[in-house]
Amino acid sequence: MSGAIARFRDSDLWWSFKRSPVTILSAVVALICVGGALLAPFIAPHDPFDLASLNLGDAFKPPAWDEMGDAIYPLGTDDQGRDVLSAILYGARISLLVGFCATAFATIFGVSLGLLAGYIGGAVDSVLMRIADIQLTFPSILVALLVDGVVRAAVPREVHDQIALFVVVFAIGISEWPKFARTVRGSTLVERNKEYVLAARVIGVPSLRIMASHVLPNVLGPVLVIATLNLGLAILAEATLSFLGVGVPPTQPSLGTLIRIGNDFLFSGEWWIAIFPGLSLVAMVLSVNLLGDWLRDALNPKLR
Amino acid sequence: MRKWALAAAMAALFGMGAAEARTVRWAASGDPNTMDPHSQNVGTVTMVLQQIYDALIARNPQLGLAPGLATRWEQQEPNRWRFWLRDGVRFHEGEAFTADDVVFSITRALAPTSNFGIFVDTIERAEQVEPLVVDIITKTPDPILPNKLASIFMMSRSWSERNNAPRPQNTRAREEIFTVRNTNGTGAFRLQSREADVRTVLARNADWWGWREEDSREANVTEIVFRPIGSDATRIAALLSGEVDFVLDPPLQDLTRLRAAQGIRVLEGPEVRSLYLVFDTHRDELLYSDVRGRNPFRDLRVRQALYHAVDIQAIHRTTMRGQSVPTGTLFPPQVNGYVQAEDVRLPHDQARARALLTEAGYPNGFQITLDCSNNRYINDEQICQAIAAMWARVGVRTQLNAMPLAPFFAKIQREDTSVYMLGWGVPTLDALYSFQSLLATRNGAQGDGIWNYGRYSNPQMDALIQRMKTETGEARQAAVTEALRLYRTDVPHIPLHHQMIPWALRAHIQMPHMANNQPFFRWARVN
Repeated sequence: MSGAIARFRDSDLWWSFKRSPVTILSAVVALICVGGALLAPFIAPHDPFDLASLNLGDAFKPPAWDEMGDAIYPLGTDDQGRDVLSAILYGARISLLVGFCATAFATIFGVSLGLLAGYIGGAVDSVLMRIADIQLTFPSILVALLVDGVVRAAVPREVHDQIALFVVVFAIGISEWPKFARTVRGSTLVERNKEYVLAARVIGVPSLRIMASHVLPNVLGPVLVIATLNLGLAILAEATLSFLGVGVPPTQPSLGTLIRIGNDFLFSGEWWIAIFPGLSLVAMVLSVNLLGDWLRDALNPKLR
Repeated sequence: MRKWALAAAMAALFGMGAAEARTVRWAASGDPNTMDPHSQNVGTVTMVLQQIYDALIARNPQLGLAPGLATRWEQQEPNRWRFWLRDGVRFHEGEAFTADDVVFSITRALAPTSNFGIFVDTIERAEQVEPLVVDIITKTPDPILPNKLASIFMMSRSWSERNNAPRPQNTRAREEIFTVRNTNGTGAFRLQSREADVRTVLARNADWWGWREEDSREANVTEIVFRPIGSDATRIAALLSGEVDFVLDPPLQDLTRLRAAQGIRVLEGPEVRSLYLVFDTHRDELLYSDVRGRNPFRDLRVRQALYHAVDIQAIHRTTMRGQSVPTGTLFPPQVNGYVQAEDVRLPHDQARARALLTEAGYPNGFQITLDCSNNRYINDEQICQAIAAMWARVGVRTQLNAMPLAPFFAKIQREDTSVYMLGWGVPTLDALYSFQSLLATRNGAQGDGIWNYGRYSNPQMDALIQRMKTETGEARQAAVTEALRLYRTDVPHIPLHHQMIPWALRAHIQMPHMANNQPFFRWARVN
């Protein structure tokens, strides 16, 4: 373990990380976001899901620094008297959860198909890549909306509310897989003709095994970069869907849902209900994206 | 020189074009869930259909009765009303309007799939006497029949039968018939195009009989474009930017800003509409609850407990921003039969609520799903969220199921609910309408309990409603007063408030504000 740490501290990655203040700042912001979300039940001043704790008399309180504000609601309250800070912390959980799961889904799905297409080639390659090409011609948010709409029409409302989270994960994941598949296919085409793969083939290792244990580790570098960048996109996609009212159910408000609710009060001067969740979303996505950029540069020897 | 002449001609042409098209672009949060005139007694539907269809009897801007398709009417015998019809009226598709169309429309409104039975419940049949004279025979003497007929739109028999729509659409079964998307009325505007949930365009019917009448002589609207805009912020942004001219239901949080905005007017006034929470008091076991083997809402103490748990003043102050009149009774003071002394709420008292729940055998509360619309009444979803939190505080864990009006009404009309929020307007301005629709035992016949989807049933209440139907004067008021007291003590509903209905419009549009929240563009003027 300590060996691994020592090796990491010796690596190029750590070296470039230390030299980039922007990256360090992004990492800190990202850590705060993830930490805040993970620890929400412990650090949030209120439980926004506990209806019994809401008091309508406390609705529309401005942030604490305003003279009308109240110190127990640091960022103010929404139309139902929900603490905005707590709602953001809990909302970030949903946003991150959907983001991570959707990215993981897209990665696994896209990498598997990319490997297959690149390694087997021929008809399999053509079919898979044409599907990916077609899908790449649509904006991914459209694909996500389509999937969500179809599921909504297909299952009854009560069932839909229970599986809504999975539907959103699936909808976003399925809209992002072609990027992974195309990248992995390209790298696989290169790796497939290298000596170690030929050697493995000669001694009779089954194809699946070759793909999984020999080719896969050698194509994962770029995947890591795409996955990181994609995490930001997935979080944004979820926020967009929830803002449009088709994402996660309103009983589990994500950041996008909070912004949608707050949007109704923007004109009437109660700006904090929409602005703070919006700022949190910006901070979260921006820090993840900057980390992704750094990773791309650090892993690409040509850019150094 | 020629250039100038051309430019002048062009300007004149465009100027003329602008003068001729007087369009009112109108937005509201919800879209009508049908165009069938007898299938949904819902304000959102009526507000569009009344531009297209006429009734025998019309209403003036003060909601008083006025000649409509009938020019005069008379109760000739206790059970027989005679109506003399207007001559020379044609439907939008050209058919002449005759007594036979009246007979057809009344019969259609009496069909089992009609949602308008409450307005025709006393009618035995309609008879053609002459081509322009029709008699309506009632089962019992009905002095307020003209009031009720002001809500029954007249359709063409030949058009309806030709298009296989002789009876109203069955909304509960999600039926799709010709009249759901097509109309053929005699009214001031004809349906030009309609895309559900997107846009409904109405064009002026130049042949309408009423343009010559006193009230409409100044009216000049040639086109109405109705668009449902669900998001509060978007709806108001559209008004402020001039993209729409009239918002029926401006969000309450924006009223202050709208009143101060240049070129925008806010018309304010009360609506004859009250909101309630309605319990399923019929089933032995609730559909949406964790209580098994019994129905907590059949226990008066549980209903009282949930009533005590509601802090209506907080809703009035915060959710409604003062734009509501909290109430403890079934209808607002404008309705004939209202009694001030019965307009008393159970006080907000959480300790009492918990004690009552414990007494009823639910010391740990229970779980329940509250069904709500989210684009029908002013701030309906927010009110329900607040109620859910208030009930949760006394231990009744409340799931909120808020949905757009079309699926919401279909759901409660299937009685597929345990408790729901309903807003009820009183077009006849008479107590009987509310009692009979909402509280009479639901027996399958048209009229009684037609909107009583919680299936409240109390023989005492039924007897009082019978008395309201037959008695007159003091004796009738005594029955109404007693029924209001029973309503207060037996808690079939939790009454919430009467709505205030501000309308926001651009200053160049003039039209009367209506206490039934139904804009009438036959009186509107675009300057």
